[in-house]
Amino acid sequence: MTEKTQSTHQDAEVHVVKPPVYLAIFFALLVLTALTTGISFIDLGVFNAVIALAIACLKASLVVLFFMHIHYSSRLLKLTVAAGLFTFMLLISLTMTDYISRAWGMF
Amino acid sequence: MSTIVSLPDQSTAKLPAKSYLNQEYGLKSWLLTGDHKRIAMLYLFSITFFFVIGGVLAGLIRLELLTPPADLMATDTYNKVFSMHGIIMIFLFLVPSVPATIGNFLIPLMVGARDLAFPKINLLSWYLYMGGGLLVLATMVLGGVDTGWTFTTPLSTHYLNTHVVTAAMGIFLAGFSSIFTGLNFIVTIHRMRCPGMTWFRLPLFVWGHYATSIIMILGTPVLAITLVLVALERTMNIGVFDPSKGGDPLLFQHLFWFYSHPAVYIMILPGMAVISEVISTFSRKRVFGYTAVAFSSVAIAVFGFLVWEHHMFIMGVSQYSALVFSLLTMLVAVPSAIKIFNWSMTLYKGSITFETPMLYAFGFIGLFTIGGLTGIFLATLGMDVHLTETYFIVAHFHFVMVGGMLMAYLAGVHFWWPKMTGRMYPEAISKTAAVITFIGFIVTFFPQFILGYLGMPRRYAAYPADFQVLNVFSTAGASILGIGYLLPMLYLPWSLKYGEIAGDNPWQATGLEWQIQSPPLTENFSEIPIMDHEAYDYEWLANKTHHEVQTVG
Amino acid sequence: MDSPSIATTPHELGSSGLPHAHDHPAFMRHHFEDIGQQREAASFGMWVFLLTEIMFFGGLFCAYLIFRNWYHPAFVAGSNTLDITLGTTNTAVLIGSSFTMAMAVYSAEMRRKGQLVLFLVLTILLGGVFLGIKAVEYHQKYVDHHIPGMNFSIQEFVHPTNPKAIPLAPDMAEKTQLYFFLYFAMTGMHALHMIIGIGLLLFMVARASRGAYTAGHVIPVENFGLYWHFVDIVWIFLFPLLYLISRYR
Repeated sequence: MTEKTQSTHQDAEVHVVKPPVYLAIFFALLVLTALTTGISFIDLGVFNAVIALAIACLKASLVVLFFMHIHYSSRLLKLTVAAGLFTFMLLISLTMTDYISRAWGMF
Repeated sequence: MSTIVSLPDQSTAKLPAKSYLNQEYGLKSWLLTGDHKRIAMLYLFSITFFFVIGGVLAGLIRLELLTPPADLMATDTYNKVFSMHGIIMIFLFLVPSVPATIGNFLIPLMVGARDLAFPKINLLSWYLYMGGGLLVLATMVLGGVDTGWTFTTPLSTHYLNTHVVTAAMGIFLAGFSSIFTGLNFIVTIHRMRCPGMTWFRLPLFVWGHYATSIIMILGTPVLAITLVLVALERTMNIGVFDPSKGGDPLLFQHLFWFYSHPAVYIMILPGMAVISEVISTFSRKRVFGYTAVAFSSVAIAVFGFLVWEHHMFIMGVSQYSALVFSLLTMLVAVPSAIKIFNWSMTLYKGSITFETPMLYAFGFIGLFTIGGLTGIFLATLGMDVHLTETYFIVAHFHFVMVGGMLMAYLAGVHFWWPKMTGRMYPEAISKTAAVITFIGFIVTFFPQFILGYLGMPRRYAAYPADFQVLNVFSTAGASILGIGYLLPMLYLPWSLKYGEIAGDNPWQATGLEWQIQSPPLTENFSEIPIMDHEAYDYEWLANKTHHEVQTVG
Repeated sequence: MDSPSIATTPHELGSSGLPHAHDHPAFMRHHFEDIGQQREAASFGMWVFLLTEIMFFGGLFCAYLIFRNWYHPAFVAGSNTLDITLGTTNTAVLIGSSFTMAMAVYSAEMRRKGQLVLFLVLTILLGGVFLGIKAVEYHQKYVDHHIPGMNFSIQEFVHPTNPKAIPLAPDMAEKTQLYFFLYFAMTGMHALHMIIGIGLLLFMVARASRGAYTAGHVIPVENFGLYWHFVDIVWIFLFPLLYLISRYR
């Protein structure tokens, strides 16, 4: 069995990610999980939330890039992921413009 | 009056022997079809059905408002009637109107594909739509819902004892139907274009639907989760939107309008897409500023996500935030104006003919411009405080939705009727219907601007006697409008049997869909076409026709 | 440039399953021009669907963000009642199931039937373990009277039995309901996705054991993998947001 699939000529560019990559990502994710749990027991003030979210973003990026093959995918798929994040950030940030400034000038 | 209509010789013309309509027979062949054209037809029947119900409810509303006191129906019945009118018209008619019928039929034809990318998902979307529609009908039979179409919390979750959950679930299902339509369109437009069909050779109809689909897939899920939360709050007495439990009713507004404002563009962009095609065909000119019109569609879709808070200016949101949203709202006027200007420039020095679709298109341009400009009034913070929740806002969105989208929908149905059925509609009576619709519309809704400015609030069954004259105008106009809508429902089915044979290209239009037989084959193209010219290239069409005459004749 | 070779290829249903050039394999849908187009369309379609999923969960995350900032003490107290051992274990289990799913996609691409079935079954098992642990946690909440709308009591937050916990004022303690509602809504919606996923996996194991995906038709496995990884990503965010608020207390 060769590493390249016996595909028809049209989809020759489909990239097959090899198991060592998956294994490395798997262990990285486990380590990051342990790390985020550990850090949450240390008092860092506001940075607890920041670090927890940063690690979550890192883990999610690893999953998206390697498990979900976005690292090897076309620009269109990369753009699709970006569009999702962008709209999600719009929802959060524009809603927050109301919540953060609602009390301004009232105290 | 001059015309560009060129029909084949009626004494010898025949409908094509084989087409998507007679490929298979029987109810099963329709209900289990994967053919985008048949699914479009299923949608056409079902949305017409719901439009009639919504229209009857609208008639009841106008009848109640004929006289100042609440005499035709009890006030709570009135609440239910206008709520059901809104829910049915928005979620079951306007959102799927052009995309799910005309768009479904035409997008594969226009990009040169044999079908949408996922035919089964397309069929599933129709079943979801019907499921949602049946739930909404069930709501009506069970006794209705009286929250208004906006499901405002905590009114909908704590104070009303009507069928909110049933209606919400109906909208949830209809929402997923529109998500699947949008998904199918986006993938088809990206992945199924025929050779030579570059992005800037696509008809503007496709660009408009691309922008619409973006909103459908990114906005609708937020509505879905919001309605799930409302249903949970009602059934399990949870407090996310309940201030007495620490929740925030404004959060509901944010989430709801995050979808429902962009949804307004779901309801207008496909209309604009139709108008671009119609205006170009009946002025025999390429759409002026093609690129600008194409990008303005996408710009409307993107800006549409940045403006939702203008629905909430008087609800107690932060004033600073309201200021930002007021400015952002003005931004949407820019791409909309770009479209209007470019259509006007397309008309300039064009060889204009006045067929029915063009009459509807003219109606669209005028009414949409009024509707759009009054939107700027409402985007302005100070004016909004005075005008919101009055009949001004009712008139504004009816100008955009009914004067805009419904006109465009009728323009589209007439324009592509020969392609869908192979037969022409009767021209004289349809022109009359277009004019009646326009007059009826103006008489119905223009007085409402004045009523609103004078301070008549929306959603009340009774009003002070001073307002009666204008309300009588409005109700009279609604009767005229009703006739205008009834006529196509009569003569279009009539034309299925008695209409003239249309031939492949009755309008001498340039789109790929006009180069194949009408009605099309099930597989659309016997051979996948190669696009070798720009969109709206009338010279190419003339050469092609000339060439055919020379070689065949 | 335009490729006339595609345009002139006669339209025919895939009559041969042999992957020779210019021949269509049996799993190719007739409205696509070639198998590459079908594969691209399918994976793009799946990603577009995942966009809607992002926005679907987005509404819940938005609500979470607002209430966490408004009622931070209640969220801390609520979060500290969750079992962090079970939570961390579950995270590891789910990451494991994502790994086995990725390996399943690899096996399908390598056309190894036995290996594919093995990894799909492993994914089901790990998913089942996750749901089992989740059920244990839900049951614990029921015992503690922490299910909003069912048997909720603020007793534990006003008069904590744990001497290290800081008691909340009654009005703030009421707000723990919002925390628990969001906890159940978010994890419940996530669990619902897992249950649907396991249902699909069972179906796929049956088909895979008949060799459906190991003859070149890897699209279903690949797309399901995307779905499963997405569900994993949702949990990757839910875990720190729900379990790890100020654990040092």
